[in-house]
Amino acid sequence: MHEGLLVNLTVFLTRIAEFIFGNIFIAQLFIVLLEIVVIFAVISLAVIIQVYMERRICGLIQDRFGPNRVGPFGLLQTVADMIKLMSKEDIVPAKAEKLLWGITPMLLFIPAALVYAVFPFDNGVIFADIGIGIFFVIAVMSQGVLLFLLGGYASENKYSFMGAMRAVAQMLSSEIPIAFSILAIVMMTGSLRMSDIVSAQSGIWFIAVQPLAFIIFIIAMLMETNRTPFDLVEGEAEIIAGPFTEYSGMRWALFFLAEYTNLLAAAILTVTLFLGGWQGPFLPGISWFILKVFAVIFVFMWIRWTFPRTRIDQMMALSWKVLLPLALFNIMATGIGIYIYKWIY
Amino acid sequence: MNIDLSSGLFYFLAAVMLFSALGIIYCRNLVHSALFMALCFISVAGLYAMINADFLAAVQIMIYAGTVVILIVLGIMITRRTTMERTSMPEKKYIFRASVLAGILFFLMSYIFITAGTLPTLNTVTLPDDTVSALAELLLDRYMLAFEIAAVLLLAAMIGAVVLAKGADEK
Repeated sequence: MHEGLLVNLTVFLTRIAEFIFGNIFIAQLFIVLLEIVVIFAVISLAVIIQVYMERRICGLIQDRFGPNRVGPFGLLQTVADMIKLMSKEDIVPAKAEKLLWGITPMLLFIPAALVYAVFPFDNGVIFADIGIGIFFVIAVMSQGVLLFLLGGYASENKYSFMGAMRAVAQMLSSEIPIAFSILAIVMMTGSLRMSDIVSAQSGIWFIAVQPLAFIIFIIAMLMETNRTPFDLVEGEAEIIAGPFTEYSGMRWALFFLAEYTNLLAAAILTVTLFLGGWQGPFLPGISWFILKVFAVIFVFMWIRWTFPRTRIDQMMALSWKVLLPLALFNIMATGIGIYIYKWIY
Repeated sequence: MNIDLSSGLFYFLAAVMLFSALGIIYCRNLVHSALFMALCFISVAGLYAMINADFLAAVQIMIYAGTVVILIVLGIMITRRTTMERTSMPEKKYIFRASVLAGILFFLMSYIFITAGTLPTLNTVTLPDDTVSALAELLLDRYMLAFEIAAVLLLAAMIGAVVLAKGADEK
């Protein structure tokens, strides 16, 4: 496999930093900080693109235009929206628990952004290729639910609180099918390391070997990221906006940012686990990666604007009575399959 | 890693852990106590990660810090806000007994640690490269029976909980 373009760039920048600072330790620290900044820049840029994409695709599917006035093709609409949100009045509910209520939107971004540390963007382009890679992702992703509960609790509003309770029920029941569908992949790779999972797919993508795990994973990921068929946490027809009811302006924008950060993380996970990661012919790895990620995001948006919202009991029943047994069956079938494969070869 | 950097990190995590442990006890509000508990568990996970037990750290975050959510939900559903302020005060009559017991425990522990001489530290223990496969070999090979018994016990507890919950609902 060719070395990624970004690896060479990092080596080059490290040399320059070493020349400037005259100390290899400070140079490496500087590069690490630079990488963190790059990850945040990538997340922010991707969120802006996704918001624009969401509205245009919604327009396409519902046979209307979507935003098309601000800038060419409406490209600057998200920027205008962001300026509007930042200039809005900061309204704090009188009865809310001010401190908890205030820090929740900020804390919500931490688990959402932390998982990006172990995502392989290209060959060798991974912030921390730790041995527990995918398990780290599952562990950190599951912390988001605490902050949804906190936001709903601290708002002192019954709709917020109902939304928070729904968030707990929904996210806990979606994490288990996610973990078990990933387990089948891990059984085939024999490693939790993200780079090993990608390189195990150099021959054949896991979507072809594990179609059942792929379907379970996609459905459970829709639940985890609160997207429509399963956006019950903020089901506006029932509970206004769930945990976000009392938030407005920039604080609400942070919830929004975390939501799209999670969507991007879900797409990257799908690509890494099932679609061969950055691997592909001719083009450099990073461009294949971006292409695949945006294709998966398009599918997620397509699903969102095509299906109606389910009820909370239907969602819970689907998760516990259909997805979980299927995932367990898939693990057993994978185990038997691995033994037969070893027996034949 | 630089020695000074890692010991500084250790003291920071230990301070956060102790502060949040005190917060668990002294907060009047049940939810605030539970949140301090999450902070405490996460700083313990940080300590695990510092001694290269990365799998244990992730388990600590996922299982223990994740459980705090359930704890808060149960706490909110079972207790009432009005009584929460009054009932979570420590009982006065237990303070003397508890402090004597804690004092005895503290002196016992410090006696053991002082007389034990050299404790294994990071420098004397060779760290495995891959904690996950090392753990898997221990759990699924050497301590297979204990692992399976624990799994069956947990399964029995889970089935028991389901039976209790369903029975209460349908009768």
